[in-house]
Amino acid sequence: MIRAEVVEDPIDPSVLLGLVGEDEDGAVLLFLGVVRDHNDGRPVRGLRYEAYVEMATEVLRAIADEAAGRLGTDRLVVLHRVGVLEIGDVSVGIAVSSPHRAEAFEASRHVIEEIKKRLPVWKEEEYADGNRDWVAGISPAPPPGGESP
Amino acid sequence: MHVRARFFASYRELVGASELEFEVPPGATVAEALSRLRARDGGFGRLPTSVAVAVNREYATPDRGLEEGDELALLPPVAGG
Repeated sequence: MIRAEVVEDPIDPSVLLGLVGEDEDGAVLLFLGVVRDHNDGRPVRGLRYEAYVEMATEVLRAIADEAAGRLGTDRLVVLHRVGVLEIGDVSVGIAVSSPHRAEAFEASRHVIEEIKKRLPVWKEEEYADGNRDWVAGISPAPPPGGESP
Repeated sequence: MHVRARFFASYRELVGASELEFEVPPGATVAEALSRLRARDGGFGRLPTSVAVAVNREYATPDRGLEEGDELALLPPVAGG
């Protein structure tokens, strides 16, 4: 079962792991993106993620489907949290499982890299000095020839 | 015809609104709609010259044609993960 969701509640890694893994799987892989206490040399106190939720949900599902194609199984879960997060909180959780490890690593990597490139989510950092700023992101490019008339 | 624009993150703060319904000529493209937005008073003129957009929740190019009721989202560089 492929699951891809934008969530507001904390992400529980054990729940993710419980959603993947079958008897034929020799590899179960968990990736967590975690809020760290610095960025570009500035101490960070916390973060707020804002999303275009309707679109982000669809894009995350498309990314998950692509990754499942590489994985060769449908045992893939990805959650992206939005709202206010503290240091150490999980912002992204990805769990996959497959009979062999190579596919699991490749699929998991695909999910996080594509999230960085095209998920319509923005990150506002709050610094130790009380200032706030939007993190400089990656300009999402439309797929070549995709939506043009 | 009417199009609904949506603004997120830094663009939302720049224009001071999260959404706005506005009028464009029938058959207008994304690029033409963006020009109309930039011509408005307030922070709209400070929107970057190159803006990523989505039409009805899919990334779109500037030459994409719009239809009545389309949702045109202006998307700052993304920073998820």
